[in-house]
Order: sequence, then structure tokens, then C-alpha cells
Amino acid sequence: MNLYMRRRIANLVILSLSMCATVIGLAWLTAILWTLLTNGVSSLSLTLFTASTPPPGGQGGLINAIYGSFVMTVIGTLLGTPVGILAGTFLAEYSRNSRRLADVVRFINDILLSAPSIIVGLFVYTVLVVRMGHFSAWAGAVALAILVIPVVLRTTEDMLNLIPDALREAAAALGMPKWQIVTFICYRAAVQGLLTGVMLAVARISGETAPLLFTALNNQFMTTNLDTPMANLPVVIFQFAMSPYRDWQTLAWAGALLITIVILVLNISARVIANWSRVKQ
Amino acid sequence: MMSESPVPAYAPRAVNGSDTAPPGSRPVLRTTIGTSASAPQQVGKQAMAMKIEIKDLRFYYKKYEALKGISLPIYDKRVTAFIGPSGCGKSTLLRVLNRIYQLYPDQRATGEVRFDNRNLLDPKLDLNLLRAKIGMVFQKPTPFPMSIYDNISFGIRLYEKLPQSEMDGRVEQALRRAALWDEVKDKLKQSGLGLSGGQQQRLCIARAVALEPEVLLLDEPASALDPISTLKIEELISELKSDYCIVIVTHNMQQAARAADYTAFMYLGELVEFDETQIIFTNPSKKQTEDYVTGRFG
Repeated sequence: MNLYMRRRIANLVILSLSMCATVIGLAWLTAILWTLLTNGVSSLSLTLFTASTPPPGGQGGLINAIYGSFVMTVIGTLLGTPVGILAGTFLAEYSRNSRRLADVVRFINDILLSAPSIIVGLFVYTVLVVRMGHFSAWAGAVALAILVIPVVLRTTEDMLNLIPDALREAAAALGMPKWQIVTFICYRAAVQGLLTGVMLAVARISGETAPLLFTALNNQFMTTNLDTPMANLPVVIFQFAMSPYRDWQTLAWAGALLITIVILVLNISARVIANWSRVKQ
Repeated sequence: MMSESPVPAYAPRAVNGSDTAPPGSRPVLRTTIGTSASAPQQVGKQAMAMKIEIKDLRFYYKKYEALKGISLPIYDKRVTAFIGPSGCGKSTLLRVLNRIYQLYPDQRATGEVRFDNRNLLDPKLDLNLLRAKIGMVFQKPTPFPMSIYDNISFGIRLYEKLPQSEMDGRVEQALRRAALWDEVKDKLKQSGLGLSGGQQQRLCIARAVALEPEVLLLDEPASALDPISTLKIEELISELKSDYCIVIVTHNMQQAARAADYTAFMYLGELVEFDETQIIFTNPSKKQTEDYVTGRFG
């Protein structure tokens, strides 16, 4: 057998192995999505968006949970994004003279990025819920914000690092002060990347259950008061799916489908935005 | 050691130059535009003023000494070219002149660079004001991610608050000077990133010129461009030199021979020879220079 044939056979073997691995990976995902679709679609109805979660055996929807999830995700994103962007900016733009500090920040951020979200939930529980004496939507939003920070920080740093130094030099060569170089040149050049990071963070927190379980808990009724416990999709799904009641289980499927759709849309649009910027440049 | 001694070729002229440079003789761009056509003719050795004087400049990347005691005059309204093989320090030298190297904490320079009766290396110098007076164009075109108009006006706005109509005029003037106006006048609101490489580079030149600097530093401005764009940039340089002091780093010896009045040949961080371009290319005093310009090494 000559060298060329051996190389071709080796190629074939490796290719088949990697195809198998891909199929195994994709098969689970397809199975999950398929189960979700078959069970979820049949339980979708308009009352989901008009009625609050029912007591066992009653008629109802998920509007309080949808609203709660939306509000806490928005507040969590608004709280976490500025911190993430500013810290990422520090790492990418201002840490040249303080490498030590930057390394420490980066290391801690990596830990936070991979920290189990239940720990974040427990942390906020101890710091906020216990002190305030009750569960609240604020505590939930803060827990989510803590999850937003590392994602946004990391993408911000990565995206700013992608900007060539030549652009910073060109701006500095015009006598532009550093803060203007960062805000008007670097942010503008990286805006799609920064947006992508924020959307990925939103996608991440909109499915989180553990941190909300310890902070916002749940609420059977519709409420707009952020100082009280607030319903939210992940916790409602958790609670209803584990229950013995058939109609609660149906609602859980519907909620799971809703969350999945939202996260898919967020992820896809993040990708579209990222690609769009690549094409433009 | 050769780095210790002044370079003989320029010494007499350098003395002349510094004597004839009164502090207030800065060219005012607006008033000289009209006379740019006649300016090259009135060039005489008497009228030559030294714009920048580099004295025993040493430059370090961390511990590595990249420039080993450079001394060199740079004359006003002339084009000075730095040539030499890769890694000889010519770009480093250029990057000292507007202190752009200071963006990086591991780089530092010692020695003296006289400009406007001050040592440009003085740590107390306001870098942003310095860079407004000493513009720079880089090897790769670096348009900002904004419209063509804003690419120009952004720099101006850093230093001057102008009414819209005046700003329009300044933008047009800068684009005309960079020979780009006719190509972009109908799409000023479009992104600067949409232009071709050669156009982007001329946009960068326009952006630098718009600030009305006194010195223009060009770091291999045509090396990433096609021959036609290169030609346009070279024509541009010869037009701009009537108003500015221009320093150009180039790998291309024909370019140096065509565009520059003075040429400095550098090798391994030292200045080997500095003289009028014609002399460097036809009758250099150092063997090393002759070998390089005739293509025998480098």
C-alpha cells in the first residue's frame, strides 16, 4: 500500500469518526427540540398571554410569569451591561500599565463566567433576600445582573481586542484624547460585537432558574411591584413540570417552548448581527 | 564609534539651517495654497529652515536598543526620506517624531528632538497638541468607522469649533488637497470603509492635512497600494511639500529617489549617511550606502 492510499484511508477514517460525533451531538438536540415542539405546540393558546397561572385544576395562562421574566431580564441586563462593558473596556484599553490588576480581574471574571448559577442565587439570597426579609423581583434582577456581567465583560474585551492597534494609533496621531479614541473610534468599530455580547447575555439569563428560585421566587398573581416576589417562566416551569397536575404540566410545556423560542431568536439575531458586521468590513 | 560622532555629510548645512529658522516663521497653510505652484522654484539653500533637529536619539523596546544615537536635521518644506533594510529602525525613528510610541509602555526614547524650540521628548509636553502639529499617515489605510465627511471633520472638531458652512469648506479643502474630492464629493455621507485602498489612504492623508499640521510623517504610505494609487500618493507628496515639512519612510528606493529632497540611509539602528537625495543615490560617501542603493545588499 503506498503512502498516498494510506493517507486517503486515514482521512476517510477520521472524517467518518467526526461525522459520527456530529450526528450524536445533533441527535440529542433534535430530540429535545422535537419533544418540546410536539408537547408544547398542542398546549399553546391565547389564554397563555391573557390569564395568570391558575391553581391546580383551574383554567389559566402564563402572563404573570412572562411579564416577570421580561421585567427581571430587562432590569438585570440594564444593571449588568454597563459594568460588563466598562470592565471589558478597562481590560482591553486601559490595562497596559496595570497588567497585574488586569490579570486578576480577568481570572475572577473567568471564574464568575463558569460559576454555577445556583451559587449566584444563594449569594444574592444571603446578601439581599435575608437582609430585606422577603423575596423580591429586585433581588431576582440583581442575581441576573451578576450573571450578565461576565458574559458582557468577556465579549467586550474580545471585541475591542479585535480592533487593530493601527486604528488607535491613527486616532492618537490626530491628537485625539484617549477617552475619545475609546468611545468614538473603538466602540463604534466594535458596536456589533458589543451588541452580540449583550444579546448572548440576555439569552443566557432568560433561561436561568436557580438564581431566581432563591431571589424572586414565584407569585401566583400578576404583580408590577418589584418589591414583592414575582412570577417568572423558569421557576413556573420548574414548579409546574414537577407537579402531579395534568393542566400544570401542559402549561410547563408551553412555557418551555416559549423560552426556547425566545432564546433561539436571541441567539440567531446575535449571530446575524455579528455576521453583518463582518460582511460590512 | 560612529553613533557618537555627528554625521559629516550634513553638518555644515545643519548649522546654516538652524541660523535661518526664526521662531515665528511657521507656514500658514491657507495663505500658501495659492502660491504652491511657484514655491518649488524659489527653493534655495538660504531659504531652508530646519524644522526638526534630532540629536543623539536612542530608542529602546524594553531592553533592546533599536536606535543607537541618531543625529539628523529635518528641513522645512522639503521631503526627507528614511531608507534602509527591514528592521533598521526607520519606522521607529518616525514614530518618535510624534511620540506615538508612547501608546506602548515598554517603549522609550532618550536624547533630544528639537521642534518649535522645545525638546519634543520632554515628558511634560502635551502630546495631543504635539500630534495636532505633527500629523501621521500609516502603512495600512486606517479610515475611522464613520462617514467620509466625519472622517475629516472629526479631527478638526478636536481643536476648532466651526459653524457648519465653514466646516464644509474645510472638509472640501482637505479632500481637494489629497486629490480625493472629485471621487467622493457625491458620497460624503457614505462610510469611509467603502472606499478602495488607494482612496482610503488618500482619505487618511486628507484627515491629517485637515488639521493643518506643520509636519507630515508618512510611514510607507504606498506600500499597501497598487502602482496607480502609489503614483497618485507620490504626486500628492510633491504637491504638499510646498507647505509642509514631510518625512517619509519607504522600502522603495525608486520612491525615495523620486519623491525626496533629502535621504537618510539607516542600518541596524544607526544612521549611515544623510545627504541630498541626488548625492545619496549617485555619489554616496559611504560604501555601505552605495551597496544598498545599487541593490548589492539589503
